[in-house]
Amino acid sequence: MVIRKFEGIRYSEVTPRQLFWNRRRFLRVAGAGLWVPAAGAGAKLENVRKSPLSTGEKLTPYKDVTTYNNFYEFGTDKAQPAALAKGFRTTPWTVTVEGAVAKPRTFDLDVIMKLAPLEERIYRMRCVEGWSMVIPWIGFPLSALLNAVEPTSKAKYVAFQSYFDSKQMPQARFAGIPLPYVEGLRMDEAMHPLTILAVGLYGEVLPNQNGAPLRLVVPWKYGFKSIKSIVRIRLVEKQPPTTWSMANPREYGFYSNVNPQVDHPRWSQARERRIGEFFKRPTLMFNGYEEQVASLYAGMDLRKYY
Amino acid sequence: MPAWTSGNITDFPMRAGTFQDTLRVVAFGSCLWPAVWLGWRAYQGQLGTNPIEAVTHATGGWTLRFLLMTLAVTPLRQILETSGWVRFRRTFGLFSFFYGSLHLLTYVWLDKFFDLSDIARDVMRRPFITAGFISYALMVPLAVTSTAGWIRRLGGERWRRLHRLVYFSAIAGVTHFYWLVKSDVRRPALYAGILTILLLYRISRKLSARLGA
Repeated sequence: MVIRKFEGIRYSEVTPRQLFWNRRRFLRVAGAGLWVPAAGAGAKLENVRKSPLSTGEKLTPYKDVTTYNNFYEFGTDKAQPAALAKGFRTTPWTVTVEGAVAKPRTFDLDVIMKLAPLEERIYRMRCVEGWSMVIPWIGFPLSALLNAVEPTSKAKYVAFQSYFDSKQMPQARFAGIPLPYVEGLRMDEAMHPLTILAVGLYGEVLPNQNGAPLRLVVPWKYGFKSIKSIVRIRLVEKQPPTTWSMANPREYGFYSNVNPQVDHPRWSQARERRIGEFFKRPTLMFNGYEEQVASLYAGMDLRKYY
Repeated sequence: MPAWTSGNITDFPMRAGTFQDTLRVVAFGSCLWPAVWLGWRAYQGQLGTNPIEAVTHATGGWTLRFLLMTLAVTPLRQILETSGWVRFRRTFGLFSFFYGSLHLLTYVWLDKFFDLSDIARDVMRRPFITAGFISYALMVPLAVTSTAGWIRRLGGERWRRLHRLVYFSAIAGVTHFYWLVKSDVRRPALYAGILTILLLYRISRKLSARLGA
């Protein structure tokens, strides 16, 4: 009997991993880079201004910001998005802005990047689950984009929609929430100077798991309001539906302002654990942005409009 | 027979049932392993971004898994018609209590920092915490009366009746898990499914025994 020796690939013939990825990157950059100036996640963002709206608090380490994520399209486990969003395609990317506007338009991402000077905004981020981070976002005010399309007098609310593709996001079928993810803001909230569209963090293009290539950041609201990977923005007259309040209206409202006095039905919101700290700290009204945003809600019963 | 395996049993003064003892030590070690591993990773700083959450989830998960294992012993014993298993029932049950205690301690200490009035409010007002608390409270008398002495003192029948509380503890425990999850219910649903099978097995056995009698 002839026993054939295995004559597969010898280890010496295997392309080293680093070289393999360098080749992929070369192909990607060579292909896309011909006309897209910015490369993918991790590329440095240039000409970023500091902002007086930043907090001076200690930053949450990059590793924690990028490996502890709620991004249910890529899995409900917090470590999953970092692993499963790696191959997510963010180029080319367009964002359609439509509805109650004089100049509806579909923007290419590189056009959006040039709408306004990029700023670093170091914000507190408070998750509805009771933990918080301090993140150096890079972005620009949402108002810059909205002004570019000239909202009409009928624009009372802004509705946002995330990208959704069950092929690229196979874990999404276990999310337990309706997808694509949708969110909304009242017009005055959307136009507030603290409200930004982020394209990066820690000086770099947004990692996929953090909502690349374009996400909302509303620092005085619970994190889930800050919708990720936006593809559609619609200005509307009536309050738009939002994903978590559709999934569970008793527990998640449209406003979802950080409020230590209004508990989530299942847990207290009075305190939070800042990632990296042992003791819990008291949660601040409007996540510490009370001075800037409290006037938006003057006269509103925040227990009713939670 | 090679010389080194033959005839030398009498050379060592080993008790009968050495295999059983070894098995017991291995079982005990395996049951303790998750706690050791958790402690080691905590010491090494490898519990990730939110270590306290990781400890809470790990200890809670092992409490439920050991509880389900405890409830699986009797059906397995009956289906496989072996009796050696029963010794592990107490081991699993006590380990469930052990992990439940760690879970409760994590909550009382690292989540609430011994703020008793806050804890009392939680237990009264938050259904998922109420359920978890009930599940643990029901385990306490079972752990206390788990010794041979207590079986004797209570008498077999009364002891058995008391230990039926474990069913309610398990139901409350799985409910606790189900109610705390935000939207992806796969894992709590799996535990609920296993618990349902284990309980249905007992009910159907009881019914068929009654019908057969």
